[in-house]
Amino acid sequence: MSSPPTRSVDGRLGSPFPHRHLTGIAGLQPHEIGFLLDEAEQWVQLNRGTAKHDDRLAGLTLINAFFENSTRTLLSFEIAGKRLGADVVNMAVAQSSVKKGETLIDTAITLNAMRADMIVIRHESSGAVQLIADKVDCPVLNAGDGRHEHPTQALLDALTIRRRKGRIEGLIVAICGDVLHSRVARSNILALTALGAEVRVVGPPTLLPPAIERMGVSRFTDFDAGLDGVDVVMMLRLQRERMAGGFVPSPREYHALYGLTYERLAMAAPDALVMHPGPMNRGVEIASNVADDLERSAITEQVEMGVAVRMACLDVLTRARRGVAGW
Amino acid sequence: MVSALAITGGRVVTPKGVVDGGVLVRDGHIAAIGGFDIPADAERIDAEGTLIVPGLIDVGVFAIDRPAFVAGGITRAVLMPDNGGIETVALVQHAAAAGKPKVWVHPLAAATRGLKGGELAEIGLMARDGACGVATGRSWIADSGVMYRLLGYAGALGLRTVTHAEDGGLAGQAVMTDGETATRLGLAAAPAEAEALAVARDLLLVEATDAPLHFRQVTTGRALELIRAAKRKGLPVSCGITPAHLFLSDNAVSGFRTFARLSPPLRDESDRQACLAAIADGTIDLICSGHDPQGPEAKRLPFVDAEPGMAGAETLLALSLGLVRDGLIGFERLFDLLAGAPARLFGLPGGALTVGGEADLLIVDSEAPWRIESDRMIATAGNTPFDGLPVQGRVTCAIKGGMPIL
Repeated sequence: MSSPPTRSVDGRLGSPFPHRHLTGIAGLQPHEIGFLLDEAEQWVQLNRGTAKHDDRLAGLTLINAFFENSTRTLLSFEIAGKRLGADVVNMAVAQSSVKKGETLIDTAITLNAMRADMIVIRHESSGAVQLIADKVDCPVLNAGDGRHEHPTQALLDALTIRRRKGRIEGLIVAICGDVLHSRVARSNILALTALGAEVRVVGPPTLLPPAIERMGVSRFTDFDAGLDGVDVVMMLRLQRERMAGGFVPSPREYHALYGLTYERLAMAAPDALVMHPGPMNRGVEIASNVADDLERSAITEQVEMGVAVRMACLDVLTRARRGVAGW
Repeated sequence: MVSALAITGGRVVTPKGVVDGGVLVRDGHIAAIGGFDIPADAERIDAEGTLIVPGLIDVGVFAIDRPAFVAGGITRAVLMPDNGGIETVALVQHAAAAGKPKVWVHPLAAATRGLKGGELAEIGLMARDGACGVATGRSWIADSGVMYRLLGYAGALGLRTVTHAEDGGLAGQAVMTDGETATRLGLAAAPAEAEALAVARDLLLVEATDAPLHFRQVTTGRALELIRAAKRKGLPVSCGITPAHLFLSDNAVSGFRTFARLSPPLRDESDRQACLAAIADGTIDLICSGHDPQGPEAKRLPFVDAEPGMAGAETLLALSLGLVRDGLIGFERLFDLLAGAPARLFGLPGGALTVGGEADLLIVDSEAPWRIESDRMIATAGNTPFDGLPVQGRVTCAIKGGMPIL
C-alpha cells in the first residue's frame, strides 16, 4: 500500500515491550525478545501444575482467524487463551466468507467491528497479517504469514534452547532443510542472531533463499559440513509437494542427502540438541529414532513451550487495554 | 483554431540546444523558434523565463487516462494492446480516436491472437488502420519460433515490435527480484538474469531477421550491456525505462508496499546505478511512464495477490527532470528521451520543436515544487511508488496541434 512500513511501536516507550502487535521478530530489540521469554517462564510452571488457570484475560475475546490449515498452532493459541481466562473463538477458513470472495481488508474490518480484544492470524500470503494489523484497533499476533514470519515459533524455540542449554549467546545453531519456503526459519534467524547465537542455514541449493547471508547467517549445502560442531540442530519440515522433482528429486534422495540420522548427528557437538517445529515427515527430514530420543530431541518440549510463550504474548500485548499500571 | 500563437520570453529546448526566446505557432505547426516578429493577430503567452519543450510521447501505456496525460504533459501515448486486446481493425480505430482532440493515442497491435504467444494476429490490417507497431503484451513470447516469425513479418511491414524482456520460465510465479529484501519478506523472487536471458535471445533473433525491436523496459546492468553491444554492431534495437527503475530499488517493497510491485520488478541498487549510466551514455533510448492505474481492489491485497503496475503519467516529467538536476544529462537529451526518440522510433509526428513541425508543446516551470501524493492524483488510480516524495517541475501550459489543452 501507499503508507510507509508501519512500526507497531506506540506511545508507551517506557514499557519493556512497546509494541501494539506481534507481527514478526523483525523490529524487536534483543531485550524485548528476552522480556517475552522471561514472562513465559511463569506460565511453564503454571502449566505443569494441576490448576492450570489464571483469569487475567477474563472478559476479553480472542479470535483465532486461521486462513490456512493448522492443528497444533491453533490448538496452542486456543489453550493459551483459555488458560488465561479469555473467551476464545476460532474462525476456520472453511466456514468463513473469505471463500465467497470477501477481501482480507473486509474480513479485518468485520473482525474489528465484533470488538475482538486480540486477533491471532495465520495466512498463506507473506505480509497478510501486517495488512490486517493496520486496519484493526486491537493487538494482532502473527501465527504465520506465508514464507515471511512465525514469531511465536521462534520465541518458543528460543525458550526451549535457553532452558536446555542455559543460554543462547555463543551457541552454534544449524537450521536445516527447506529454508526457502520457511517462515519458521526466517523468524528463528532473526531471533537467534539477535540473541547472540551463530546461525547456519543448511540445505540443498534449490531450497536456500538467495542473499540469505545478508541476514547474518552462513550458508552450507553440504549437510555434514553444516552440522560440524553445532550445539543445536533445528530441522525444518519439507512439504510433500516439494519432494516430487520441483525442488528435490525424491523423498528418498532428500533423506539420503539431508535427512537427520544418528550418523549425521555425530558430526554435531556431543550434546547437540535436536529440534523440529512439527509436523514431522518421519523418514524424510528426520529419522524416527532421532526424533524420539528423549536425551537429544526437544521436540515435545517445543510444543510445551509453545503454550507458555503464547500465554506470555497474549498477556503482554493486552496489558495496556486492561489498564495494567505502567502499560 | 487560433490562427497564430506567440509564446515568448522562455528557453526553448530544441534538438540543437536550448535557445532563448519563444515559439511562434501558426495553423497547428511551428512557424518560428527563438526571436521572431510577433504578428499583430497572434495570441500571446509569456513563458516568464521557464522552459518551452516538446509535448511528451509516452511509449507503452496500459490505459487511456486523458486527464492524467494532460496533467503530465503527455500529448501522445503509444498504447499497449493488453487492456481489451487490440487485435482487430475496429479496436485499433477505436483506440486511436479515444484521446482526441487533447491527446493522441497511437495503438500498438497485438502481435499474437489473444496475446497468447501462439498464432500471429492480423498485424498488416491493423497497421493499415493506424497501429504504429506491434507488441507482445505484458509478457514475452516464450516460443522462439513464434518470436522469429513475428519479427520477420512485422519487420517486413516496417513495424517495430515491442516486447517484454523477461524470461517467463525463470520469472515463473515471482513477484519481485531475488535479493535480501525478497528473502527477508519471504516473497517469491526470480533472479535478475531473467531479463538478460530474454534480451539475449531476442537480440539473436533481431540479428537473424534484421527487424526493429524495442524492449519496453530494460532494468538490469546485464541486459543493458547486451543492448549496448548490439547497438555497437548496428542492430535496429531500442529500449525504454521508467523513472521508478531509475530512482527506486527493490527495498522500496519493504513493508509489503504493493504500489512498488511492478513488472519488470524493481531491481537492486547496482542495477539501478547501471540504468543511470545507460541513460547517460545513450544506451537507453526513451523514458516512459509505464502508466497502469490499478485501484484498491487490485492493490489493497496481500503482496502476492496484488496486480503489478503504477500510475506514472503525471509524475513522468517531474521525476525525469531530476536527471538534469543531478547533472546526469542536459535538457536536450532529456527531451529526446521523453519525446524525440519515441517519435522517431514509432514514426509519429511531433517529438521535437523544429520549424515546420507539429505544434505539440509544453511550458514547464522546471523549478516549481510539489509533492507526489497518492490520494491527490488525477489519474484514475493513485498507485504510485513515489507517494510522499517532494519533486520539482510542473507543466503550466500544454498545447496540442496549436490548441491549448491545459
